[in-house]
Order: sequence, then C-alpha cells, then structure tokens
Amino acid sequence: MSAESEVRMSATRRVNLVATAVLFLSMAGGMATLRAIDHMRRVSAAQEALYVRSSKVLRRMSLGYTGLLADIYWTRAVQYFGEQHHSGSGDFRLLAPLLEVTTELDPRLLPAYQFGANFLAPKPPNGAGLPGASLSLMKYGVEHNPDQWRLYYNLGFLYYTEFKDFAKAADVFAQGARLPVTNEFMSILAARMAQHAGEFDTARMLWFTTYQSTKEAQIRQNAVDHLLALQVDEDVTRLEQVVEKYREQTGRLPASMGDLERAGFIHGTPADPKGRPYKLMPDGRIEVQDPKSIYFITKGLPPGEATPQPPRENPPTSK
Amino acid sequence: MNSGGMNSRIGYIAFNTFREAVRDRVLYNLIAFALLLSGAAILVGEISIDIERLVVVNLGLTAVSLFGVVIAIFIGIGLVSKEIDKRTLYTVLSRPVRRWEFVVGKFFGLTGTLVVNTSLMAIGVFLALLYVAHRFEKMDVWVLVALYFIVLQFLIVCALALFFSSFSTPLMSAVFTFALFVIGNLAEDLRGFAKITQGVGGWIATAIAYLVPNFSALNVISQVAHGDAVPGRLILYNSVYAVLYAAMAISGAVLIFQRRNLK
Repeated sequence: MSAESEVRMSATRRVNLVATAVLFLSMAGGMATLRAIDHMRRVSAAQEALYVRSSKVLRRMSLGYTGLLADIYWTRAVQYFGEQHHSGSGDFRLLAPLLEVTTELDPRLLPAYQFGANFLAPKPPNGAGLPGASLSLMKYGVEHNPDQWRLYYNLGFLYYTEFKDFAKAADVFAQGARLPVTNEFMSILAARMAQHAGEFDTARMLWFTTYQSTKEAQIRQNAVDHLLALQVDEDVTRLEQVVEKYREQTGRLPASMGDLERAGFIHGTPADPKGRPYKLMPDGRIEVQDPKSIYFITKGLPPGEATPQPPRENPPTSK
Repeated sequence: MNSGGMNSRIGYIAFNTFREAVRDRVLYNLIAFALLLSGAAILVGEISIDIERLVVVNLGLTAVSLFGVVIAIFIGIGLVSKEIDKRTLYTVLSRPVRRWEFVVGKFFGLTGTLVVNTSLMAIGVFLALLYVAHRFEKMDVWVLVALYFIVLQFLIVCALALFFSSFSTPLMSAVFTFALFVIGNLAEDLRGFAKITQGVGGWIATAIAYLVPNFSALNVISQVAHGDAVPGRLILYNSVYAVLYAAMAISGAVLIFQRRNLK
C-alpha cells in the first residue's frame, strides 16, 4: 500500500469516527432536548389541540380519517388528565372539550365515555367537578350507541352518585337491562334504585359492575379502591352497632374486642381488608389501624381526619 | 488540508447549490405565494369580521411552511443523485474536495436557499398583515418567532432529504422524507401513544417516538395567530433540538456517502 493511499485511509477513518461520534452525541442530545420540550409543553399541547373545537371543521381537516383523529384526541385527553393529576393540579378544564371532540369525531369510541363518566363528574382533585358535562357526554353516548349496556350503566351510576336521582337511575338501568346483550346486575340495580334500599349492597354492586365492565386499568383500580373502602365503612358501621348493643346489655362500654367475643357478639378478631385488626377506642368508636392505607373510607377514621385520597404518584383513581 | 480551505470548499459547494436552485427557477414559487396571500388578504377583508389577522397569519405561515417543505424535499432528494446522473460529482470529487465536505456544502446550500425564500415570504406575510390591520402590533413579533421555527423545520427536512438521497432513489427519498414530515407533525401524539403502551411494545414505541423528528413543538402557527406569546425557553430548546437533529441526519448521510461505491 502506497503512502498516499495510507494517508487517504486514515483520513477516511477519521471522518467516519467524527461522523459516528456526532451522530450518537446529537441523537442523545436531541432526545434530552425533546424531553425538556415535552416537559414544558404538557398543558400547552392540549390547549393547542383545542384551537379548533368544531368537530365539523376537524372532520374536513382530517380528510376522512376521522377515526385516527378521534384516537389522537382520545390519547390527548388521557395524557392531559394523567399529567394534570400527577402534577397535583386540580384544574381539568380542558378534559370536557377534549372528550367532546373525541366522541363527536368517533361517537362509537366507548372508552372515552367511560373515562368521562368516571373522571369528569367528581370534584377536584380527583376529577373535573363537571357533573353536567359528564351527563351530557353520557347522554350523547347512549344516543349514538343505544345497544351498549355499559353506557346505560355509566349514565345510571351518574344519576345515582352525582345527582341522587333514583327515579332516573332506575329508569336508565331498566333500559340497559332490556338490551339483548346486557349484564345480569342491570335489572337488580334498577330494582334497588326503585326501592332506594340497601345502600352498601347497592354501592358494592355498582362498583363491582364498574370493575367488571371495563378493561381500563385506571378505572378498574378506582373500583377496587372503592370496594375496599365500602368494606371498611360497612365493617365499622356494623361493629359500632355491636358495641352499642353490648353497652345496652351490660351498662358499660367493652374494654377490648375480647369482651365482644366473650359476650358472643363477634367471632375472632375483626380485621380490615388489608388484614389489620380494627381498633376499639375507649369511647366505643371503631378505628382502622392505618387510615392512610385504604383510600376513600369515610368511617373508622380518627376524629377530624379527612378521607384519604390516592397519592399523586399513582394513576388517577377516583370516581 | 487546512480549515480555511475546508470552509471555502464547503462555502463554494453551498453557493453553487444555491445558484443552481435559483437557476432552476425555485424562487418562482414566490409568485404563487404572493398571489395567494394578496388574494386572501383582499378576500378576507371583504368576508370576515374580526378575524382578518387570524386568517392572514394562519394562511401565510402555513403557506410558508408547506412551500418550503416541498422545495426542501424536491431539491434535497436530487442533490446527490443529480450530480451522479450528470457525472458532475466525479469532477467535484476528483478535486481536493472530501465527500463529507460535498454533503455538508450541499446541506448549507439548500438551507441557504430556503432561508432566502422564507425571508422574502416573511416580507409578504407582514405586508399582508399591514394591509388588513393597517398597523403592526406588539404581538406581531411572535409571527417572527413562528417564521424562525419554520426555518428550523426546514433545517431538519433538508437534512432528512439529504440523508435519504445518500442511499436511495429520488422517488423513494421523497416518499420517506414526506412520510417523516407527516409523522413528525404527530410526534407528540406518538409519544403519547408510546406512554400508554405497556411492555416491550412500549419500549419500541418510545424509541421510535423519540427517533422521528418532532415537528409538533416547532409548529406554533395557531398559537401566534391568536396572539399568544412563545416562551423563551421553547425558542432555545427548539433551536438546540433542530441543530442536533440536523447534525444527526447529516452525520448519517456522511457515513453512508463515505462508504458508497460511486464507480
């Protein structure tokens, strides 16, 4: 090999080396910059998505690919809610328009309705605090998907939990129960709504049906958390009734759970769904061992303690 | 070879690329642009109430972006293949010009053409704005920022066109570059999809989402049309990102072109 070709080879190698280094360094730098851009554009991206709110205009702009555009808006809605919740912001103003645009573009996108039913109505920090918007969305969903029992279920749930309108809830559950493909609980729920009876059982059935009717992880976790909380609320109510009966019979409050067991009121030591025994307080109240461990409980809390909410780091889990 | 000589060789190739583009009547697109914008400005004054500025900014900046992207793609894809077909590349490389200098020079030549083209279009946009609003407002400065972001877009598109043309046919290069331009405009949504995808699929989706160019953050047309400010940090990040992405694509083009058998 001549000296000239050797010099040429080494120059080529040097160029290759420098180009490879630039390639990888710029790739790494580009990705890092992109992360920084994403971080600062979290909310503005959702805002920009809503510069055009008319679904008619969006349909024309999509050149007929409305399904894809609906999927994109749906992803933006989920991202927006998750990021606002994660950052601790209670401001979910854009959630309703994002879901409206999504469902107007694709009225058969069922997860969007279920998401709206679960996260539009509850008060901040666990939802947008817009029960009216949630109701409109669900009515629109039922109108465009009259054969989907899940939407009737979500609408009935909304009437029951947010509006306490038992008659309308019963009517909607009954309509859902009459569908060719439905869930066995729908007719039971319709009957229970009509009777306004068995608050714990009804609520348990509602949350169980919620869990059963969706594959959305956030909604399922939310249902599990509420089912656990219901169990605690029911246990504490029942145990406090037992304490009261004991006091009526003996004229004094029980000193321990052992007193209740010896008197034949309970069998064994009652424990919460996480396996921690309930505490009998000197004033006869029942408390859970660790109030922070079970979200959404309204009973069994130390006096003055607020209902525990899921931590910010977790996915949003409220109904 | 000293760096002064290297710079002058790159500059010479860049200048020739620019001259060739002008000779190919690329700047004729300005006539179409001027007609579109003046027509829109006159029409919008007749039919819209209170949204004249909005329409002119939206239409003007969108036209600047689309005209520029089309030019970047159709000139960019032919930069290498045309030189090979006309056999002028061999003449260039037989002189003391390195292959990488040829690629980098072509890139600067094309971006230079687009910067000149965009500057002339920008004058048109501001004239149309002046026509419909009768005066400039403070918020019009953000239109300049949007134009700057459009130039950053062109940097990336030129680099991509050059990258694909270093190993593919002009037609396929045009298809690849245009496809990446479309995907890049949906890049934020793509990363959104990746975030909610689990497991190995999620990793692959994330890698792809970060590898495709991000044009979403470079598109602030709607924002400035509504008179919204563009954060200074975004200007900085976007500038850094566009330069790094273009550097990545050009490095790729250099590496491929170095290995390419031109005989």
